[in-house]
Amino acid sequence: MTTLYTSDHEWLSIEGDVATIGITDYAQQQLGDVVFVELPKVGRALKKAEAAAVVESVKAASDVYAPISGEVLEVNDALAAEPALVNSDAAGKAWFFKLKIADKGELGGLMDEAAYKAHTA
Amino acid sequence: MLARDESDLKRTPLYALHLARGGKMVPFAGYEMPVQYPAGVLKEHLHTRAAAGVFDVSHMGQLALRPKSGKVSDAALALERLVPQDILGVAPGRQRYAQFTNADGGILDDLMVANFGDHLFLVVNAACKTEDEAHLRRHLSDTCDIDSLSGRALIALQGPRAESALAKICADAPSMKFMDAGPRRVAEFDCFVSRSGYTGEDGFEISVPAEHAEALVTQLLDNPDVLPIGLGARDSLRLEAGLCLYGHDIDTTTTPVEAALEWSIQKSRRKGGAHAGGFPGADKILDQFEHGAPRRRVGLKAQGRAPVREGAPLFADSTSTEAIGKVTSGGFGPSLNAPVAIGYLPTPLSAIGTNVFAEVRGQRLPLAVAATPFVPNTYKR
Repeated sequence: MTTLYTSDHEWLSIEGDVATIGITDYAQQQLGDVVFVELPKVGRALKKAEAAAVVESVKAASDVYAPISGEVLEVNDALAAEPALVNSDAAGKAWFFKLKIADKGELGGLMDEAAYKAHTA
Repeated sequence: MLARDESDLKRTPLYALHLARGGKMVPFAGYEMPVQYPAGVLKEHLHTRAAAGVFDVSHMGQLALRPKSGKVSDAALALERLVPQDILGVAPGRQRYAQFTNADGGILDDLMVANFGDHLFLVVNAACKTEDEAHLRRHLSDTCDIDSLSGRALIALQGPRAESALAKICADAPSMKFMDAGPRRVAEFDCFVSRSGYTGEDGFEISVPAEHAEALVTQLLDNPDVLPIGLGARDSLRLEAGLCLYGHDIDTTTTPVEAALEWSIQKSRRKGGAHAGGFPGADKILDQFEHGAPRRRVGLKAQGRAPVREGAPLFADSTSTEAIGKVTSGGFGPSLNAPVAIGYLPTPLSAIGTNVFAEVRGQRLPLAVAATPFVPNTYKR
């Protein structure tokens, strides 16, 4: 299992041809208290950089973009009932959705943990 | 790299205190203001409703209207030429909510007017204060001297423990009632205190000389009941209280009647009243009083969890293509733990309980017209 990061503060955990995607701890700190998460429909084919999910704090709504292309296999329904999970466990329980990776070549443009740490430093 | 725009932003006398308390500074109405502190918007909001919060609102405009005759009634009558409120009826030591109107009946700004015995004290919105002052000078200079009190900071202390917190440094605070206003000693400073605010909670607004603002706020924050609160929670608190935000819920295109602010226009200024009319847009506003306005500001509660924000178009049903109104303020109400919004609808669809739809990201979300305030206010009348 490999974890990769985008410059938009999303993480991707790669297992075989499935990517589990969420937002980083840095992102949740910037957003503040999350009160609502809208997730894509299972089966939707997402293109890289397309708006895939929405995360809302008290003060604003922010789009979460698909970091790579792929079909939505599963979404985290726990976030509908408990959006605050994004604040308490952004890198774990608060995953957003799982994608069937369409093109592994797209992973090449993403950052590893060291590069992401440097990006947010 | 500091953007030029950012370097042009003004700072309030409490800027250093905001930074010291970890305030996240953002541009607002030409000022660098704290949108939140480390506690975050949600906790700041809930703390204000549970205990007390202190807000820096020094960006707002403070003005004194001094009658050249020395009679405050002359200043009151002069101001009545610009607002539809009964200012003559504001007793010494009292304050009233008002609006500057234009010839079309629209709202140029909303404001507070207090009678300080020998002059009137006005608090106006930050974004409008330059225009408001020019407006006052243009129309009232014959009868009044207009002083911009730019050397004063303005602080709001709000919440159920605001009274006990202020009482420690202002013995008069507990005896004040909602909308009482006047000069008071707070700590060792000469302040203007009103029992009012913008959260729906009991509380006070304190005008203090700029050089003493930090000392005063520091004394308030020494009380563990009091937390500093940013603009983020100020907005969610006022939204739950159903209070209008100028430039969003009211502006030059909305009349006080459309904005459901009839309660703020006393009988004496309406048709048949003792000093009826005589303010800009009176014909239109007083006609709307009698015959109704085509649209009306309403409170809206979402049935789901998704916040419906400013600008969302409103529809009569889930399929119609023609918008019938729009959301002018909206977000998540932390005390209600639910989304709330304010918007405009055609008057026939403005009754409480009416179901409408907002379009958010291509989806139609059901909303119901709801009574405001969404959270009951706790003013000490």
